[in-house]
Amino acid sequence: MADLHLGHDHDHGHGHSHDESFTEPPPDVALRVKALESLLVEKGLADSGAIDAIVDAYETKVGPRNGTAVVVKAWTDPAYREWLLKDSTRAIASMGYIPEQGEQMRVLENTGDTHNLVVCTLCSCYPWAVLGLPPVWYKSAPYRSQAVADPRGVLQQFGTELPEDVEVRVWDSTSEMRYLVLPQRPMGTDGWTDAQLAELVTRNSMIGVEKAQTPELAR
Amino acid sequence: MNSVHDMGGMEGFGPIKAEPENEEPTFHEVWEGRVYGISRALGNLGLWNIDKGRHSRERMRPAEYLGNSYYENWLAGARTLMLEAGLVTEEELRTGKASSPVASEILARKLLAKDVTGPSQFRTNYMREAAEPPRFKIGDPVRALNRHPSGHTREPRYLRGKLGMVHDYYGPQVFPDLKVEGIDVGHHLYCVRFEAAELWGETAAPRAAVYADLWEPYLQAIS
Repeated sequence: MADLHLGHDHDHGHGHSHDESFTEPPPDVALRVKALESLLVEKGLADSGAIDAIVDAYETKVGPRNGTAVVVKAWTDPAYREWLLKDSTRAIASMGYIPEQGEQMRVLENTGDTHNLVVCTLCSCYPWAVLGLPPVWYKSAPYRSQAVADPRGVLQQFGTELPEDVEVRVWDSTSEMRYLVLPQRPMGTDGWTDAQLAELVTRNSMIGVEKAQTPELAR
Repeated sequence: MNSVHDMGGMEGFGPIKAEPENEEPTFHEVWEGRVYGISRALGNLGLWNIDKGRHSRERMRPAEYLGNSYYENWLAGARTLMLEAGLVTEEELRTGKASSPVASEILARKLLAKDVTGPSQFRTNYMREAAEPPRFKIGDPVRALNRHPSGHTREPRYLRGKLGMVHDYYGPQVFPDLKVEGIDVGHHLYCVRFEAAELWGETAAPRAAVYADLWEPYLQAIS
């Protein structure tokens, strides 16, 4: 029977190499999880169908496309942008992505003078209702440790260079408030359709490690 | 507690390694999704809360916390929570065989597939009433207290003792340091701005600031 303990008593015969930041699980972790699920089902504490449904919901019902729709609406509808910046939770709820009861949202607007960047130094808090579950790098020690102390260095690692006179604001998600960055609308996009604009909005631009893509890059 | 989960300002972890965002799956391995789903399903039993969950991972041995992948830490945390809530025994985890019963009122709360409506159902309302009016207003200078509680806290080490300014007020919200003990009280929550030079001295990035959400018991007035 599989040992469900989590000590490092597993063997290290990794079948293939990964970049070390995406830690390869010990080969038996999948088995240990399977055994744990069986135990919980046997005890009547969990239902595998419910776990399937939860996995499916996080894979298919949330994701950066929700945040993208918020950003595109803010870029194209000045009244919505104003509401979004003043009362982010309700403005986002109005698009159907979150109920108003729950974590409160704050939208941070990037401008020519100010660039915002979101991190959770203590764990992995992230605005999942609008961005889905966070990427591995967001939850990793390098990002969590560096973002508050060396934000410009972090931005450079994502290829983002800011003029020296731009203020960088780092938002450490220490409470249940959730932060979403509203990137600047790129120049040269007048008259673009919502679908075209959506192509320019990246997940990373809504975390704040990048700017929205330029029309040249998107092509 | 002062452990490795509190990473702001630490050095030596190396460069950030990001996968191209269009290529990154929600879960990299099937077992990661199962760990996440198990954690959500068990959380739904109502025997613990988000702060207990965080604290279950904060109490891991630092070397294990750092050596594990993200979902391995969730698995370790889930194991701690289940043991402490009496849902499973060490023996059961070792053998994988059920040998102890669970109270019927807990079993009655088991999450069923038909009741999974989507991520929004796991949202919690953190707004509370507060006994006293807020002590601080937007624009007030404040100092983050130099406190080192042995339990759970959301006041990061790199802010302790530092001078900031109240940027925003978010209303009374559930206080994590006590919620972890099962005590549900609201304290006023503020967003506080700290200049980079106040936090990092002469090596600070120019024109940079950190904003953090801090509850009133974490703050002291500057007279």
